[in-house]
Formats: sequence, C-alpha cells, structure tokens
Amino acid sequence: MRYLPLTDTDRADMLAKCGADSIDDLFVDVPAVAQLDGPIRDLPMHASEMIVERHMKALAGKNLTAENTPFFLGAGAYRHHIPASVDTVIQRGEFLTAYTPYQPEIAQGTLQMLFEFQTQVARLYGCAVANASLYDGSTACWEAVAMATRVTKRNRAVLSGALHPHYAEVVKTMAQFTGDEIADSAPAIQTEPDLEGLTSRIDENTACVVVQYPDILGRISDLSEVADAAHEKGALLVVVNTEPVALGAIKSPGEMGADIVVGEGQALGVGLQFGGPYLGLFAVRDAKHVRQMPGRLCGETTDAEGKRGFVLTLSTREQHIRREKATSNICTNSGLCALAFTTHMTLLGEKGLRQLAAENHRLACLAADRLEKVPGVKLLNNAFFNEFTLMLDGKPAREIVRDLTERGVLGGVSLGRLYPGVEALEHALLVAVTETTTVEDIEVLATELEAVIASDAAHSTAQMEPAQ
Amino acid sequence: MNAPNKSGWKPVAPVLGELSEDGMHNGPATTTGNRALMLEEPLIFETGHAETTGVDLPEIGAGAPTRLAGFERSEPIGLVGLTEPETVRHYTRLSRQNYGIDLGFFPLGSCTMKHNPRLNEKMARLPGFADIHPLAPQNSVQGALEVIDQLATWLKTLTGMPAVAMSPKAGAHGELCGILAIRAAHTAAGNPREVVLVPESAHGTNPATAAFAGYKVDNIPATPEGRVDVEALKARLGPDVAAVMITNPNTCGLFEKDFRTIADAVHAVGGYVYCDGANFNAIVGRVRPGDLGVDAMHINLHKTFSTPHGGGGPGSGPVVFSEALAPFAPLPYVEKDDAGDYHLVEEEVVGDDHTAFGRMTAFHGQMGMFTRALTYMLSHGADGLKQVAEDAVLNANYILRSLEDILHAPFADSGPCMHEALFGDKDFGGGLSTLDLAKGLIDEGYHPMTVYFPLVVHGAMLVEPTETESKGSIDQFITAFRSLVERAKAGDETLKQAPYFAPRRRLDETAAARKPKLAWTPEE
Repeated sequence: MRYLPLTDTDRADMLAKCGADSIDDLFVDVPAVAQLDGPIRDLPMHASEMIVERHMKALAGKNLTAENTPFFLGAGAYRHHIPASVDTVIQRGEFLTAYTPYQPEIAQGTLQMLFEFQTQVARLYGCAVANASLYDGSTACWEAVAMATRVTKRNRAVLSGALHPHYAEVVKTMAQFTGDEIADSAPAIQTEPDLEGLTSRIDENTACVVVQYPDILGRISDLSEVADAAHEKGALLVVVNTEPVALGAIKSPGEMGADIVVGEGQALGVGLQFGGPYLGLFAVRDAKHVRQMPGRLCGETTDAEGKRGFVLTLSTREQHIRREKATSNICTNSGLCALAFTTHMTLLGEKGLRQLAAENHRLACLAADRLEKVPGVKLLNNAFFNEFTLMLDGKPAREIVRDLTERGVLGGVSLGRLYPGVEALEHALLVAVTETTTVEDIEVLATELEAVIASDAAHSTAQMEPAQ
Repeated sequence: MNAPNKSGWKPVAPVLGELSEDGMHNGPATTTGNRALMLEEPLIFETGHAETTGVDLPEIGAGAPTRLAGFERSEPIGLVGLTEPETVRHYTRLSRQNYGIDLGFFPLGSCTMKHNPRLNEKMARLPGFADIHPLAPQNSVQGALEVIDQLATWLKTLTGMPAVAMSPKAGAHGELCGILAIRAAHTAAGNPREVVLVPESAHGTNPATAAFAGYKVDNIPATPEGRVDVEALKARLGPDVAAVMITNPNTCGLFEKDFRTIADAVHAVGGYVYCDGANFNAIVGRVRPGDLGVDAMHINLHKTFSTPHGGGGPGSGPVVFSEALAPFAPLPYVEKDDAGDYHLVEEEVVGDDHTAFGRMTAFHGQMGMFTRALTYMLSHGADGLKQVAEDAVLNANYILRSLEDILHAPFADSGPCMHEALFGDKDFGGGLSTLDLAKGLIDEGYHPMTVYFPLVVHGAMLVEPTETESKGSIDQFITAFRSLVERAKAGDETLKQAPYFAPRRRLDETAAARKPKLAWTPEE
C-alpha cells in the first residue's frame, strides 16, 4: 500500500521487540464482542491512484461548475478570482502539513503569517484586535453573541431581521441550550432596512444587537444609528459582514461604532468549495475586550537573544488550559484558509482591494440597471454593493431559479430557499455580481429571465382558461 | 523602510561563536542577519506599500456611478500590497521557518500527524468540487451531494453506527453537535438533566463543550493503570447524569477495555455515551465503536482520514449517532430518494420522525475535507484502513518498548498501548523538565511530541508515530530520544537553553501575555 512504509520483515522484527506473536496480541484489550474477523465488510478494498482519480472525477463531472455558466450566486458565499500564487503558497508543505503552532521556535512561518493576518483583518474591520480565525462566519456570529453576554453579563440578543437566516439559525440553535434569549424578527421586504424597528427592541437586558452589513438583501444601513441606540442601553453592537470585498468601498463597521465585528472571509482567497472550509473572522474595536475573545491569538514577543518572534498568547482563555471555564470550546480553527486570505490580501494591498471593490460595484450597477428593465422585474434596493434583491412577477423565485438552471444560467439565490414557508419573500431573488461576471453574462441573465417570466405569464393565462 | 532587515534578527555574534570541542567554528555574524539558507523575513507592513499591488485590476474611473448611498469609505484602510514575486518570496521564506510532516517526523500525540496524500489535494481542487456554490440548485450539484452521501456511508460502516451528521466544522464542533443532540433527546423526554461526566485525562475541549451546552462538569478519576475508574464512575451515575464523555482509545494511549460495561451502566440510568473519536485512527477498520455501546462520536477527518492540519485547521468533525440520537441530528443533511436522486434537506418536514435540534453552521460542512477524506478511504479500502490501525499501533508499541528501560513509562504494565505511548519526566535531574527535552528534540531535527498532556502524568510526553513512518525513521528517532533522555537524567544544563539551531531561540511567552501586542503598529 503506497502510504504504508513498514515491510513484513519490519513488522515481524517490531512485533518481536514488543513480545507479541501477532498483531492481534496488541489488540487484546478490545473486548471479544467488538473483535472482527477480518476487514469490515460492505466496503471496497484498496485501489490505485488512477482508479480513485477516475471515481472522483466522475463525481465531480456531475456538477455544474461556476466557471462554465453565467453565475450570480451569493448570499454569504462569493465567487472571486483567486490569483494563481495563492494556491502555490498554501500548497507549500511547510504550511499545509504543519500543526497548530504549539512549538513556536519551529512555527514562526505560521505565527508571523497569523500576526499579519490579524493586522489585516483588524484594519479592514476598523478594529483594534482580530483573532487568528474561527470556523466560518456563522459560528463567529454565535461566538460574538456569546462574548457579548460575557462582557455585559446580560443574556438577551436582538437579531436584525436582515441577518443571514442561516446565521440566525445557528445563533438560535446555540441559544436554546445556553438559555440566552434571542429576540428575532422576520425580514421585511422594503427598500430601506427597518432600523427603528430594530432599535426599539433593545432593552436594559440586551447584551447585543446583531446587524449584517451589507445585509442579506444587499442593503447598506447606517450602523452609527444602531450603535448609538445600543450603547445608550449599555448593549454592544455586533456587526456581521459576509463579503469582505465590500469593505474596500464602504465605511468599516468599527468606524461606525461596532463593538464586535465578525464575518466570513471566504470571498478572499478561499473559493466556493460548496460551503466549506470557510474562514471565520472575529475582531473587537476596543482592545480592552481582548481577554473575553474566543479562539487563538498570535502575539509578538522576543526570543532569548532579543530577536523578534511570535507566539500564541493569552491562552488562559482557552479550553486546553481553562477547560470548562474557557471562553469557547474551539481548538482547530481555519489556519490554512487564513493563509489563503492573507496571501490574497497581500497581493491586493490597499490599492488592489479598492480597485477590486470598485470593479465589483461598477458591474453590479450595470447588472441592476439592465435587469430592472426586464418586464416583470423590480429592483428593491436603493443602495447596494455587489448584491441586490429583485422582486419577480409570476412564479415563486425558487422555481424561476430552477428554470434558469435548465437554461444553463445560475441566476441567483431565491429567498424562498433561504426562508422556506415565508410567503412574503417567495418572489424575491438575490443576485450577486463580482469581477468574474462579464457584461455578456448579465445580458444572458436578462434575456433568460425575461423568457422564463414571460413563459410563466403565458402559462398562467392558459391556466385561467376553464379547465376540463 | 527598506533597511536590510527589520525583522528583529540583528546582526550579532552567534551565541555558539566560540570554537566548539571538535574544533568547528560557527562562523562570524553576517551583515544581513541571514545565515545561508536560514533567511529572515520582515513583516509585509515593513516592506509593502499602499500603492503596490500584485493584481492587475482596472483603474477606478472618476465619476463612475455609485449606489453606496453615502457610505463610501473615505479613510485609508491601512493595508499594504506586494507584487507577485515579492509575495511568493515572502511566504516561501516564512514557510521555511515552519516544521511540517513533509519535512520530518512529527510525533505529536493525540494530533495524528500522518502523511497527507497529494492525490487528496488534487481531487479537492477539481473544479467540479472547488468551484460550486453551496446554494446552487440541487439538480446542478448531484455529484457533490453524492460525495457527502458516499462519505457518510463509509463513516457509518466503519463505526457500525446508523446515522451521521456531516456539518460540524472540526472535532470540538462535532463534540458540541453530539452533546446538543444528547441534550435535545433528554429535553424531548422531559428533562435535559444537569451533569456530564468527564474523565480527568480528557481533552480540554470535552469539559469546555459540556459547559458550553449548559451542563455542569464532574470529573471522573483514573485508575493507577491509566483507565477510567469504573467503580467511581458507577458510583457517580444517577438520574442527573445526562452523559459521559470518554475518549477511546484514551489519552493515555490505552484501550478502555471496560467501555461496554461503562456504556451499559450509563444506559441503565438513562444517560448517553459520548465517545471522543480523536483517537479513532488506532482502531479504524478493526473495531467498530457501535459494537461498544456508543451513542455519539465525532470523527476528526483531519486526524484519522489524513486531511491536512494546515497549521491549525481547517478540520472536519462529522458525528455518528446511535438509533436513539439519530432523530435529533442537525440540519442540513443529505438524503437519497428511490429514483437515485440526492436531496439536501434544509428544513424540518412536518410529520416525519426527524426533529433536528437546529443548525450548526451556515452551509453543509467542510466539503473540501470530504473530498480529501473520501479519496483517502477509497485509496486504502477496508483492508488498507485495517492495516493503517495495525501499523499505527505497532509503531507506538515499538517506541514504548524501546524507551521503557530508560524513561518513566507510567502505564507500561497496563497492557499494549494503542496508537501512542505515554512517558513522564520523574527521573530527570538538575531541574530539567519535559519542556527541555522537547526543545532538545527540535535541535535534533524533530517536532516534539505532545507535552504536559494528559494532565494525569507528571511532565507528560505523548508520542504518536502514526503508520506513515518507516522503521528506519522510528529507529533514528529512538536513538536521538534515548540520548536526550540520558542527558536529561544527567542534568545536562545545556538543554535548558535549547533549541540552539531553530529559527528562534526560546520565546518569552510571559512577556507576550503580560503586554499583548496582537497587531502590527508603526514604530514610534
């Protein structure tokens, strides 16, 4: 077997050293009830690289890849061009096959990279300190709520109705076990976010308000208004960002008064990958909150010769030291995705990120203008970055997405899929546009959308004829 | 800005600049601070510029339309860029300051640093897996859903368990998933209960998880032979106990031979058995946890099934469930219908027997790790995986029996070890400790074993060779380790300063924590 270096002679010699007659002697402590008489049945035997590759390629071939079709999906995962050197860097064996940097003298590569990553994330978010990553945006969102309850010693979180519904579900799932109260609301289909409705739900027991920016409908709202309302009641403002590229164009959450900023870092360097692994970002505006943060933190120090070096620090917050009193149970995070993110960010730099954001926004504006002209389509947003909401006539948007797929267009994410059963949202379609979108793609979507809506209208008219 | 070296590697005389005993000289200081292939590297913030970029993008047109409603960023972000050649060199130089499995033996106990096959990487990068969106219409991603279903089938078959939740993002997230399912099952039966029992030797994530899920944690002592004290555990069982969390094989490297007895006792009081599957690699293909009475167990795909650790993740922690807990598994999950089509179930269907406790994460789990793990399983097959467990256990026992004459091995008489061998530092002299030996190993060219864990052994050293080391590699390690043990027992003072030859000498962790500097700031 190509991954197993021991020879049969080695095995015999080593068993002898162990005083064992056969390998079974080393498994004597397994009770008889759990002893098997051979390889587990109902599974195939080993296979060559070529055979396995053939199997996996057949499975991959059954999927419609984004690069082969006009593609407009977003809603928390965005398709951006990843520079070729990003994958070269993350495939360096010294990064790929390293462990969490517990031995800092021989992990300075990972540690310095994380220190640079933390600095980039903190600056992007307008914060003082960022951690070394969490699993993804949704779990980072829950960690932020949990941290806010620790900081304020209150147990109620107010979630904006325009927070990604899967993020809200993760928070509600966790809260039902921790006993924290979650004040949720249904999202309203309107041009401007309902900030008044949101702030009116903040009370003296509120630990935090959670707002997405830009929100699930692609809208951009004035966070400083929410920050003021939260702070007035002694609550923290948690801002969630699912598209970091947006922050190359719009004000940072920290600048607008957010206390904790969390988000999904997938859009930079990581790729779509059908939902994972992704990259949870977590930052605090004020360094005084750092000891309540979850996850790993990399800090600067010096070695015995006075040279600058980096270590994991403040680990007394963490599970391997604090056990049941830890700020989080997280151990493994998203180190390699953080490397992809930071490499992409280093390639972009200030100038590149701003250009990338501008190009995304330019194309999104083009798309919104063009799609708005399709009969039966209305643009909901006044403001947006690279994703907006369309209201569609006729069939529910979920069915229109399916029809578009049959016509070879991945036309967006229907709110019907994100909010199953919520009738008011079933005609809404989220459309994301990035630098990978071409003007031709936009034209194809407009044409096919028009055809789908028109054929549905014709079909509905036909249905109105007396049946049977 | 571009001084020869701002990284802190100051051009000073080398510490070992004196002629050594054999007359060799360590050479003079260098102007750059570099020493041949050991190249220092500044931070990007010290070499990059705001106006430099390594990506060609259109210039921002003046007067372009904007729909940002007055929220345009006016202040600089504070980022710097590098061109592509500078970027590639920066990260290449950093990478060379890292130890990885590709470079050498990495016997980090409980972490399972086995070889990461490159076929896995190649398969995960197929556009059909890498370039598909999690919310793509399901009829356009049938192959991806089939990967999840095939991997689920392998996991269920290998563990002998009827159900699996695929979405947890790492081991600790899987633990949380398992404990939440247990809590949901108790709640559905009328009472969530109060206590989770955790052995002293458990991973720190176990008590942290139980506490996060709202449970009080009670510790269960170990016997002198390094296993769970069954009598103490039985005595603590009662109607308040929601679950026990037991690692098997345990963190002392031993198989919990009374696991089935423990499980039966826990079930008798209406509790559930959570097995921490971090060490499943010791028994994969040879023992099915389902035969031992397990109700829930997470599987670290990044340990047992060879997906890379990546310097701290990403991991992946699917959780297998017994019949009793299966109905509470979280959303979403994949189902196959009679026509052979795959469906991602994202919402509760009223009237079926499934009552998910909720959702663990935004999407469906670590797809990139699923493709790698499935590739690994198909490569090894049922026969190869059994051999994986056997070679891992053989290698560990070989190390145990090759060191026990010279080093304190507290559980050497407790029977064979499984995939890792545990030692302690009680015979060291001159105030030397496990840490000193670990740093000495660095100079010998090894990544140290896990140190000071588990907590039940003084100065614990947990050595896990894995099955992907050759006998030659292990023999050389044993030789190096024995010489270090001899030095430590003799109280060799020089070990206190080790490592001498790593990119950095010992780092001041106390200072780092006392005045945390967690982001770069310009020098005053």
